[in-house]
Amino acid sequence: MSSLAYALRARPRASWIPAAWRQPLAIVGIVIAAAWIVIAIFAPLIAPDDPLAQTFTPAAGPSWHHLFGTDELGRDVFSRVISGSRVSLPIAVTLVALAATIGSIVGAVAGYFRGVVDGILMRSTDLVFAFPPIILAMVVAAVLGRGLFNAALAIVVVAWPSYARVVRGLVLSVGDSEYVQSARLLGASSRRTLVRDVLPNVAGPVFVLATLDLANAILLLSGLSFLGLGAQPPKAEWGSMVAEGTQYFQWWWIGTFPGLAIFTVVLAFNFLGDSLRDVFDPRTARRDAEVEP
Amino acid sequence: MRFVLRRLVALVFLSIGITAVAFVLTQLVPSNAAATNLGEQAAGDPAAVKAFDQHYGLNHPLPVRYLIYLDHLVHGDLGQSSVTHDAVTHDLGQFIPATAELALYSILFAAIVGIVFGTIAALRRNRPADHALRVLSLAGISMPTFWIALVALYVGFYELGWFPGAGRLNPGVNPPPSVTGLYTIDALIAGEFGLFWQALHSLILPALVLAAFNVSLLTRFTRSAVLEVIGNDYVRAARAKGLPERIVVVRYILRAALPSVVTVLGLVFANVLTGAVLVEKIFSWPGIGQYAYEAAVNLDVPAIAGVSIFVAVVYVTINFIVDVLYGVIDPRIRIT
Amino acid sequence: MSVLEVDSLRVQLPTPSGDVTIVDGVDYAVEAGEVLGVAGESGSGKTISMLALLGLLPERSTVHGTARFEGRDLITMPRRELRDIAGRDLAMVFQDPFTSLHPMLSVGKQLTEHVRRHLHLDRAASQRRAVELLEDVRIPDPEAALRAFPHHFSGGMRQRIAIAIALACRPKLLIADEPTTALDVTVQAGILRLLDRLRREHELAVILITHDLGVLSSIADRVSIFYAGRVVESGARDAVLTHPRHPYTHALLDALPHPEVSKERPLVAIGGAPPAPGRLPTGCAFNPRCAHAVETCRLEVPQLVVAGDRRLACPVDPFRA
Repeated sequence: MSSLAYALRARPRASWIPAAWRQPLAIVGIVIAAAWIVIAIFAPLIAPDDPLAQTFTPAAGPSWHHLFGTDELGRDVFSRVISGSRVSLPIAVTLVALAATIGSIVGAVAGYFRGVVDGILMRSTDLVFAFPPIILAMVVAAVLGRGLFNAALAIVVVAWPSYARVVRGLVLSVGDSEYVQSARLLGASSRRTLVRDVLPNVAGPVFVLATLDLANAILLLSGLSFLGLGAQPPKAEWGSMVAEGTQYFQWWWIGTFPGLAIFTVVLAFNFLGDSLRDVFDPRTARRDAEVEP
Repeated sequence: MRFVLRRLVALVFLSIGITAVAFVLTQLVPSNAAATNLGEQAAGDPAAVKAFDQHYGLNHPLPVRYLIYLDHLVHGDLGQSSVTHDAVTHDLGQFIPATAELALYSILFAAIVGIVFGTIAALRRNRPADHALRVLSLAGISMPTFWIALVALYVGFYELGWFPGAGRLNPGVNPPPSVTGLYTIDALIAGEFGLFWQALHSLILPALVLAAFNVSLLTRFTRSAVLEVIGNDYVRAARAKGLPERIVVVRYILRAALPSVVTVLGLVFANVLTGAVLVEKIFSWPGIGQYAYEAAVNLDVPAIAGVSIFVAVVYVTINFIVDVLYGVIDPRIRIT
Repeated sequence: MSVLEVDSLRVQLPTPSGDVTIVDGVDYAVEAGEVLGVAGESGSGKTISMLALLGLLPERSTVHGTARFEGRDLITMPRRELRDIAGRDLAMVFQDPFTSLHPMLSVGKQLTEHVRRHLHLDRAASQRRAVELLEDVRIPDPEAALRAFPHHFSGGMRQRIAIAIALACRPKLLIADEPTTALDVTVQAGILRLLDRLRREHELAVILITHDLGVLSSIADRVSIFYAGRVVESGARDAVLTHPRHPYTHALLDALPHPEVSKERPLVAIGGAPPAPGRLPTGCAFNPRCAHAVETCRLEVPQLVVAGDRRLACPVDPFRA
């Protein structure tokens, strides 16, 4: 399609940054995520009631006094959902940051030193990947003992290998590129080339992965809490609130609203991550230019 | 075929690694294994405790204990569950079919819907249908499975009463004579159509809930796989031959896109298992997910180790099969 | 009556920056048993104008003009009727035989599926037809070839298979889009001889698209030279190729390696690059690269008019005999 390719080459090239902004989903994602972050920061001001106070009529449906109703113990569900953002968001961000750091370091080391080091590190990622995430996370969480902290730790254990693989691949390909080779020839130290030349190329993909991983981490964390391996009652955590809802599901509001909260947060990060991936990886991009006869 | 052999060797090593990880993890549990396994009475009997410790090599250092565990494993002994007081292998045999049946229907549904959606999205790329499916599929992977299960149960069972709320069959109904362990298939074999419908009826809600995530995943994968092949000359050549669009899409586009779609089957399976752990609890489905959950919550060490080894080995085996299948579907790889 | 008569064909393709005119009013006709050579650089609209005939353009493309195939207009024809003609009466061979055959379908399948559909043959009859076709294009051991997959064959063999597929329903017109470009030089000659023999034996009209005038000089009866979506010169092969009158045709011929004169004359590349579609210069699209351009060339788009033994779109006509 020579002439067609030609026609398309003629189109003006857009720069990457505006491309991100031209993605409506990215904007929706940013707005929702930002809203939740604001809610988390100002939760005590926004929540009308104490999330732990069992002071109201139990199991009352949504009303003007209790937007999301009250739960079986007479707590205000709206306040609990608001306060739940202070549990899920900071923990998810921290654990993803931790997993990304550990994974990136392991991947960089494996990609940089290659050989036996690479072999050992990559086989260990294979081992983690051999387990479906929730099974491994469940076992680790159970072994460490129930609790939010241990559940988060368990998710770090499952999450780091994907960063290791991505970073290793990038370091391998960047390390083979001519400019890094020449930097090495010029006598730049290993550490310096790694920091100067390799890291900047790795940052983008790791960031995309981390955004999408935030979504997964929140899902997994709330899943573990749902199973009773994460947050323990009476803590207002979304997953365990849904679990309470399953016991009293004739009172649908107890479980539905915390679930909606999880859904919107995860959706925001997925919108964002998916759009970012389009921007960073032109191969999977959905640009209009994909017209072929 | 050297490729298959090499992957097979890697699979064996990986499986050994899996047993090691599961073993070491479970050994970290602080517990008096004999007491929890034998129960109060027997634990008071020093001879019984000694025999137990002897059998599982509990008086040996860790590496030796691992080797003993492996030896038992090879002989089909995964120890005894401290919750059910049955052999773990026996328990697995009890619980696997329920999950297998659920997974089968769920994956089948997800594959059909996901491939159709993904193809539509790709054929209508950058049109409203494509954008709608993108948002829909992102929503699908963003909804917590346990929450969908709750909502589905509330609406489908509590409000509308269209579906049973729990279990594989109505309470008090005897399952069909076991051949495969899958009630729908066993019922058909036994010729009991009423039982078949009942089993299917109980399956629908949990299977659909489990499928939600995979429908989205497969939609997204199929879309990009179809887009990879849609601009190829052979697709244009097929149209130039005057073939009807239906044949161009199915025989030319989907046929070429299928291998890349097949590669996510491992992921699809992992998602079903993840979902099963959460969904089985809500639907009181007596499957492996429930068993894993009970084992983890009760720190039932042999059961945790057994179930995680089983699940992981199945998982890596599926990924191995997918790799081989990829070669079977694509004749270019078959030769080399 | 001509097999195909294309009149003022215009094609616009959608791009992110708006619709771009790729083909801007071209005319040509082919008779039975005749080879029409269509030549021009990449981007001149040759391929797009052919894809337009079979309705193979991207969605939201617009096509104007007429293309009468045996008296029926392909452009306005409903898609369903077009699909009945495509592959049966009007067949196409694509440039790259490595991508134009489906890698996962057997040669036999690709050779018989449209035969069964268009000619309503049963399995056995279509198999016999397939063997006959493979013999016709000189594929050794046709029966075994039917069960084989495209990757078992070399590029030249694949292109022979692609030609067999195109000829399977005994079409009246074959459009061959750069059928030899992706192949080795030695294989090229074989494919061209094959096309030449087939059109004689089957009274087949052929449109041969190429950017290589050398290819045309061996088998074309008539030649049309495309530049930036327009025909700039057309006529009998000998007239156009031995006495080119449009400066662009002239330049194209100069760019050809001439074995017999290579010592005295160096290869001449055409200065400049062809204009991007959608960003054509005013006037004659070739004027920025033309050594003979005058003021009118920059102002008016020259029309293709009869000029003696040919049709020509150059008011300057610097090479008039």
